[in-house]
Amino acid sequence: MAPTDLDKNEPRVVLSARGLRRDFAGFVAVKSVDLDVSHGNIHALIGPNGAGKTTVFNLLTKFLAPTSGRIELLGHDITRTSPARVARMGLVRSFQISAIFPHLSVLDNVRVALQRPSGLAVQFWRSLAALDRLTPRAEELLRSVGLDDARNRLAGDLSYGRKRVLEIATTLALDPKVLLLDEPMAGMGHEDVATVSDLIRSVAKDRAVLMVEHNLTVVADLCDWITVMQRGEVLAAGDYATVSRDERVKVAYMGTADE
Amino acid sequence: MSEGTSDMVELTLRETQAKTSARLEWTLVGLGILALLVAPFLVYPIFLMKMLCFALFACAFNLLLGYTGLLSFGHATFFGGAAYFTAHAVKVWGWPPEAGILLGVAGAALLGLVMGFFAIRRQGIYFAMITLALSQMFFFFCVQSPFTEGEDGIQGVPRGMLVGVLDLNRSLNMYYFVLAVFLIGVFAIWRIVNSPFGMILRSIRENENRAISLGYSVANYKLGAFVMSAALAGLAGSLKAIVFQFATLTDVTWQMSGEVILMTLLGGIGTMVGPIIGASLVIGLENTLATSGFPVSIATGLIFMVCVLIFRRGIVGEFYARLLKRVGKD
Repeated sequence: MAPTDLDKNEPRVVLSARGLRRDFAGFVAVKSVDLDVSHGNIHALIGPNGAGKTTVFNLLTKFLAPTSGRIELLGHDITRTSPARVARMGLVRSFQISAIFPHLSVLDNVRVALQRPSGLAVQFWRSLAALDRLTPRAEELLRSVGLDDARNRLAGDLSYGRKRVLEIATTLALDPKVLLLDEPMAGMGHEDVATVSDLIRSVAKDRAVLMVEHNLTVVADLCDWITVMQRGEVLAAGDYATVSRDERVKVAYMGTADE
Repeated sequence: MSEGTSDMVELTLRETQAKTSARLEWTLVGLGILALLVAPFLVYPIFLMKMLCFALFACAFNLLLGYTGLLSFGHATFFGGAAYFTAHAVKVWGWPPEAGILLGVAGAALLGLVMGFFAIRRQGIYFAMITLALSQMFFFFCVQSPFTEGEDGIQGVPRGMLVGVLDLNRSLNMYYFVLAVFLIGVFAIWRIVNSPFGMILRSIRENENRAISLGYSVANYKLGAFVMSAALAGLAGSLKAIVFQFATLTDVTWQMSGEVILMTLLGGIGTMVGPIIGASLVIGLENTLATSGFPVSIATGLIFMVCVLIFRRGIVGEFYARLLKRVGKD
């Protein structure tokens, strides 16, 4: 169902939210957030803890239903669409806790993602050998992220950084239009951060990336556009130079500096 | 460098473990089939057939609990419901046994579709409670509906001629037919578990949110597994109706739903052989105790407690775990 003729006249803004709001039993986690994510851009969502970044992620990917507001993906209204359907339309997310299938092999993790688009997901009468035709593509994806040496290992046995890399490889298997990464660098060592930064930069060339990230060095280095959130609202938006000069942003970050 | 070496060791260890368990499984399967082929000459066939029916029932249940991660407390509906459908079709409408069994399977699948539709969106205890509530509703339907003949049940169901040639009234013919259906049923479950669809079920069990974010409508996959499990449980129930020539309320009670949970847990959930062993043990025990006067439910209750306290993986699960540990040490 994902439109294929989009490449010709790709709209600049691929994902947009207007007046996004979500209440949790009287507590307003997100109130009136406007957000535009553009093709070819790496867009960061930053802000102190509890600012509502992950809630925004959950709203955009439909894991949570917004109390009010409107979300558009590639020109389609997805405000009331199911999360699985949104994923099939090309908006694929990662999670704060690395989202892999720990007891499947690295190769199988990627093949599970490839199964659905190739129509191999509901065939309960065929043997697992039917999945062999997905192996070349899966290996290619693993090679592109440098995980080909680990193809037969259990995903759960990988180091933390490599789990995140595997997660990105799995996500890329779906060739998403918009990639949402929830703290992709959290808990990573320096080398892993560099690897994943390079990976994100290369995958963002022909898609849009929105990421929640706490490491401001990474954000400054990687992201074209930054939205700063505080207490469920957008505090500021712009490129790194603009945002880092903003007085309100400074105050917001100073206020949480001891955390 | 050192990490790479340890990777290699770990990898070969896992391969050895996988090979060992695969070899063991095939050896067990071969021996098991052989034993079942000669068994009716050594053991009372009607007991064996009862065992096989319940073993298939437990395997079908395990498809849902062990391989999809859903605990249904209403599987008696499919087992007992299918028994009623088959018994009615064969006795009242005069259908041949194979058609009666197919009707039972189809009916169980339909019941599974309805129950699954209502239960599948809930998780854990809520899922179990909805299946229990719906199966209780079905139980009362069976109590009230005239076609089940109430407390008496449908009795005197003729076994008939299988596809018009094989006389099922002869005990050995009946036995080998039951064995064939049992093997086909278990093979079907094995095939479903080890299929592209089974792979998606596994990934949903491992990380449901990730499966959703990869575009899988997980509710549909769970519903698919639920219907398949219901249909196979129905196959076991239909078979039982033909073997024992009756269908009664006992098979649709909640106790029957509990019994299949017990059999599966006792044998080992998520293993192919476990439910078969579990069912054989429970049925064997019931048969032995039936003549002794000792209350069966106390015995099975005690065994269940021992199982939960001491070998939580079930008999087969615990056996595998020990074996793999020993292979790991060598």
